[in-house]
Amino acid sequence: MKINIPTPLRAYTGGQQTVTVPGATVAEALQALTAAYADLRNHLYTPEGKLRSFVNLYLNDDDIRYLPQKESTPVEESDELTIIPSIAGGVAAICNLFCS
Amino acid sequence: MRAEDNEMATPTLPEIELPTLSNEEILRYSRHLILPEVGMEGQQKLKAAKVLCVGTGGLGAPLALYLAAAGVGTLGLVDFDTVDASNLQRQIIHSTATVGKLKVDSAEIMLKGLNPYMNVVKHNTMLTSANALEIFRDYDIIADGTDNFQTRYLVNDACVLTGKPNAYGSIFRFEGQASVFATEAGPCYRCLYPEPPPPGLVPSCAEGGVLGILPGLVGVIQATEVIKLILGIGETLVGRLLLVDALTMHFRTLKLRKNPDCPVCGTHPTVTALIDYDQFCGIEKPKTVGPLEVAQNKNVADLPVVDGIPQISVQELKRRLDAHEDIFVLDVREPHEAKIVTLGAPLIPLGDLPKRLDELAPQRDREIVVHCKSGGRSQKAAQLLKNAGFTHVENLAGGILAWADKIDPTMPKY
Repeated sequence: MKINIPTPLRAYTGGQQTVTVPGATVAEALQALTAAYADLRNHLYTPEGKLRSFVNLYLNDDDIRYLPQKESTPVEESDELTIIPSIAGGVAAICNLFCS
Repeated sequence: MRAEDNEMATPTLPEIELPTLSNEEILRYSRHLILPEVGMEGQQKLKAAKVLCVGTGGLGAPLALYLAAAGVGTLGLVDFDTVDASNLQRQIIHSTATVGKLKVDSAEIMLKGLNPYMNVVKHNTMLTSANALEIFRDYDIIADGTDNFQTRYLVNDACVLTGKPNAYGSIFRFEGQASVFATEAGPCYRCLYPEPPPPGLVPSCAEGGVLGILPGLVGVIQATEVIKLILGIGETLVGRLLLVDALTMHFRTLKLRKNPDCPVCGTHPTVTALIDYDQFCGIEKPKTVGPLEVAQNKNVADLPVVDGIPQISVQELKRRLDAHEDIFVLDVREPHEAKIVTLGAPLIPLGDLPKRLDELAPQRDREIVVHCKSGGRSQKAAQLLKNAGFTHVENLAGGILAWADKIDPTMPKY
């Protein structure tokens, strides 16, 4: 499936704005993403492995928090995952993690 | 009220007696009046409306200008900053002639020049928990054009508490977001982002670049939403997040839901008063009243030692270099910044530093002065080096900007 990478994270995917990964569920696709682009893991997940609170994940147009199976939701090849970090003018939340 | 596909009815404003329009106003707004969706009544609603623009910068500039053009009767402006030349790359409400003026005064000149029939109310102040509720009460709609997380949360909470819709827009480099938060039936900002990001460890100097047109695009989208809310027409962005990618010119919308457990707008709210947003966002309060735009950045003050790293002033560095002291200067900015101006020091971008420590091994016990644009990133880099075992690391307080200011005024600032 396709994963849409937001601007602040494209530095970690070699500048790509979409990447294609395998996976039968949202969680598997994200696993594949962070396996392929290890630098992303720290930006998306806390050290305890939870998705960072200022990052939202959308499966097509739906926020995965509101899907019944959340990250376990099965996905099709044609589905798209989009990562939306909170932004506020000069700073993107995710860039602030540069050195954590 | 109209029902939307996602069950969000277009919110309506309180009923009031509509003001009349003079012949001059009728002529001015004729292109609105002949639109069935606006008409005389719509234009009168615009004249009766009171909109507060929080911030008169990148987003606030086009927002306020288009609301003035549309005939919004009262525009409040909140900003305590002054106009700087670097604003003019995107803040089109200001001008070369108003550099140095208070932004609210500068904005008023352009707004009144465009539309003398409107009222401009200037709030030359920082929006805080102490004044937000009182300021908001006089307005019908709030348009948030700020650029730091504390104010985003403050505006959101104050909108929910006062029952005012929030026409939200935000930008980052080439991307923007827009929505309408804090309507009764719709979500608020916290439904989307319940928690703020951790404190700004890295100042926005590198990340702060923005394509000048981007806030123009997003600010006018906000203005459009404000006008739709006033007129009660169309489908607003309540319950939707509009994403704009200016580089690819892709627009898409995502569904937003009101979170029943939202601490501010949910069924059992726990936030019933404004809180300390600096604390909420983990930010130190600014020591001096600085521009709203950099309120998030930690003020790397010119103290002898900050977080274990000695701070060296530009004057002191110059003195030591002139005395041919054995100092290794390290630049941790991005390569594109070095093309603008450089001290000639070797460059390893902060983000690459952890991987390239080997290159600095020969300098392990040498005096290293780290610099960046204004002293924030270099502080971080200095700490990194110290933790990696480098024994004599200092941070150049104020960075290359301070050098351009105090040592070599022929150098450009950026």
